[in-house]
Amino acid sequence: MAPDADPRTETPSSPDEAGEVMRAAGAQGRRLRIRGGGTKSSWGTPTDPPDVVLSSERLDRVVEHNEGDLTAVLQGGVPLARAQEALADSDQMVALDPPLGNGDGATIGGVVATGDTGPLRHRYGAPRDLILGITVALTDGTVARAGGKVIKNVAGYDLAKLFTGSFGTLGLIVEVVMRLHPRPPRTVTVLGCSDDPDALGAAASAVAHSPFGPECLDVSWREETGEVMARFGGTAPDAGAAEVMVLLQQAGLEARLAGDDDDRWDRQRARQRSTDGAVVRVSGLASELPRVVRSAREVGASLVGRAGLGLSWMALGQAEAGELVSAIEEVRRRLHPFPCVVLDAPVEVREKVEVWGDDRAVPPLMRRVKTRFDPPGVCNPGIFVGGI
Amino acid sequence: MIDAGLVEHFRRICGHEHVLTDRHELRTYESDGLRHYRSPPAVAILPASADEVRQVVRACHDARVPWVARGAGTGLSGGAIPVENGVLIVLTRLNRILEVDLDNQRVVVEPCVTNAAISKAVGPSHFYPPDPSSQVVSTIGGNVAENSGGLHCFKYGFTTNYVTGLEIVLSDGEVVTLGGKELDRPGYDLVGAFVGSEGTLGIATRITLRVVPEAEAHKTTVGYFESIEQAGQAVTDIVAAGMVPAAIEIMDKLTIEATESWTHAGYPLDVGAALIVELDGSEAECEARFGDVMEIYERNGATGTRVAQDENERALIWKARKAAFAAMGYVSPYYYVQDSVIPRTRLAEVLKRIDELSREYGFKVANVFHAGDGNLHPLVCYDARNAGELERAEELAGAIVVACVEAGGSITGEHGVGLDKKRHMTDMFSEQDLEAFQRLRCAFDAEQLANPDKVMPTPRLCGEVPGPYRKHPLEQAGVAERF
Ligand SMILES: Cc1cc2nc3c(=O)[nH]c(=O)nc-3n(C[C@H](O)[C@H](O)[C@H](O)COP(=O)(O)OP(=O)(O)OC[C@H]3O[C@@H](n4cnc5c(N)ncnc54)[C@H](O)[C@@H]3O)c2cc1C
Repeated sequence: MAPDADPRTETPSSPDEAGEVMRAAGAQGRRLRIRGGGTKSSWGTPTDPPDVVLSSERLDRVVEHNEGDLTAVLQGGVPLARAQEALADSDQMVALDPPLGNGDGATIGGVVATGDTGPLRHRYGAPRDLILGITVALTDGTVARAGGKVIKNVAGYDLAKLFTGSFGTLGLIVEVVMRLHPRPPRTVTVLGCSDDPDALGAAASAVAHSPFGPECLDVSWREETGEVMARFGGTAPDAGAAEVMVLLQQAGLEARLAGDDDDRWDRQRARQRSTDGAVVRVSGLASELPRVVRSAREVGASLVGRAGLGLSWMALGQAEAGELVSAIEEVRRRLHPFPCVVLDAPVEVREKVEVWGDDRAVPPLMRRVKTRFDPPGVCNPGIFVGGI
Repeated sequence: MIDAGLVEHFRRICGHEHVLTDRHELRTYESDGLRHYRSPPAVAILPASADEVRQVVRACHDARVPWVARGAGTGLSGGAIPVENGVLIVLTRLNRILEVDLDNQRVVVEPCVTNAAISKAVGPSHFYPPDPSSQVVSTIGGNVAENSGGLHCFKYGFTTNYVTGLEIVLSDGEVVTLGGKELDRPGYDLVGAFVGSEGTLGIATRITLRVVPEAEAHKTTVGYFESIEQAGQAVTDIVAAGMVPAAIEIMDKLTIEATESWTHAGYPLDVGAALIVELDGSEAECEARFGDVMEIYERNGATGTRVAQDENERALIWKARKAAFAAMGYVSPYYYVQDSVIPRTRLAEVLKRIDELSREYGFKVANVFHAGDGNLHPLVCYDARNAGELERAEELAGAIVVACVEAGGSITGEHGVGLDKKRHMTDMFSEQDLEAFQRLRCAFDAEQLANPDKVMPTPRLCGEVPGPYRKHPLEQAGVAERF
């Protein structure tokens, strides 16, 4: 095969077929790239084109929805949007709301593999917190299962968590078992505005430490002004919202209630992505929110974040690659030692910066994990932290 | 036997009095909460710091001596039972709370801080949700190793949902920092992989935990039912109504009898089952849902109800539930705790099966369980003084495990596999699954010196890892291609 030929695309439709594709790639030393909805295929360190693309598009069955047990078994290629639609019929959901990317194409396998999250994380956690079991295919053809189908289980090692956020570098996620939650019957959102990062930080902190328990607690900053947003859900969400409105006002924010709030939260999570600029995810601390907001302001970025969790996504608008690179470096300098991971960015930018931050910090243990699960080293090689 | 020179080396590291070799002293450590297994270690060592732990582990590695870490020794699956001729590393002196960072809702501790001490350190405004009934004595290190649960897990999750960072000592003495206070650090989620690994991947010497604010209001209620099935149906209805109570627990008649003898919490003795439901959240939300819960109790034929009027009464209701295992001693001289999980919707049929098995074997089985999670704790009551009873009790417990797995469940929900449930791993996992588990173990501990006999049903090796695939020179030159 000529080196510049388009990679072959494999579309297995069963766990066994998936295992066979993986085995063949491993045995032949063909570099494999796993693809779900393709909405995040540009994330990670840029690499040479793979020899084989493994697409999960035909692993797209909702295998089980156990309504009374609040669990669902989904093949990796099921688009999250489609799963949510099916579950909504019984007023249930996978409590994950990351941006779904182009054409709402994000698959559950891709969301789990990248550990991507949205505003619901405040209350329900990340994919790692909601995954109960996993079936994976490894590059020697092994198809193995870990975890279970019940919401509580400690038998065997938690490979579901190991594969969550592993960016497909250990193997293919064939199937996942997810814990479900009831959809709150009603929601209401409280908003508080200010152009003072310290006031935003104080307000967010007051809400995060309050006993009122919002579903979502976000911050937003753009064009020199910011907002703290708290969403309440339940049968009686208004009371908590009213209490939090007072907290926001006490922190000096201009506060108000917003009823029909779905669109607002959709827009909020959409800002974690960028088609022409760059997005940097900051793993910070809640107490440092004002510093993170200021850094965004200094480099002319907009920001959305989980205010109570210390996670922020900074979006830099379209610019020359060189400018984006220096802005990213500036953010990293200002926010050291917080990890700042580059997600979306033009390839010229991703080639120039260390996408994952300081690769030297990767413990040899991580490499050993990679080598044990993917001995031939063909599974999404080179895209992950430390060149894994 | 352990070489005298090595013992001397341990003494130089930890001090003479912290290295025990005397048979009588070692007795204390021959067993854990799974009391019918016993095996004294050759040496027990009580290091004072993470660095002493590292040195001890390193010395064991150099001499190829296996070891087991131990916290409070309350584990119920035999996880802390020593290996013969091995070293027991007792962590009790690593018991400091290193940092309370309430601003960021984090606490950093050494492993032998007790579970209850965390909530105490951050209360009353905040608390640490995973609350095993053993919380007053069991340690965070043990909780991390077992991924312990508790009464408030249905809503709040388990230990694994609250550990954000770890410092671990690997079996070759390397110290690795995983995660931190921040979320989503780049790299594999090795914190997630370590939690629940039952002391087989290394020793956690520093643990960063997330704590959360106390809810505005709690509403703790108890419904009494004639049968456990009615209580089970009430649970199903509560969940179907879209509620996520903080806790949903069931105790059967025998359990109530036992726990009342000890705690006098005021549970009636003439009911078949008690269902405890605790709502939390905003005052308004609790009030709104409280009516729904009471209606569901009534609809399922509750013969009575109780609502905690104040914090004291709430504590009393929970005291009885938390004492359930320990109080079993009042109704049976010996008991064997099971920890299987079932999909909650299969509750009625599995309970029926347990009842049949109990009759068949002629042992009483008390049922107390985390009903929301479907995590059963059947307590098999027996008398070890009668020849053969222990074996038959174990057999009965095993049959219960099998019934739960057949219903789509798990062999263990929170107590771990340890020694106790190793033989059941193959009921749940295939050979390929076990091999996949082994890969993780080998990445952490290729020599398998850390708690070697636990979790896996049969011993297995860590082969050499083949290096990455390299092209044959002919392939490289484009002369040959491999298919
Ligand atoms: C009365 C009673 C009630 C209980 N209730 C519950 C309950 O409600 N929920 C629940 O989940 N469990 C419960 N348990 C079980 C037990 O308390 C838990 O498993 C607890 O986490 C064990 O902690 P420990 O400190 O006693 O650990 P140990 O028993 O000393 O050790 C347990 C395991 O952890 C390993 N270990 C200990 N420390 C470390 C460390 N620092 N690093 C690595 N590995 C380590 C040991 O090697 C061993 O494998 C109960 C036990 C009893 C006796």
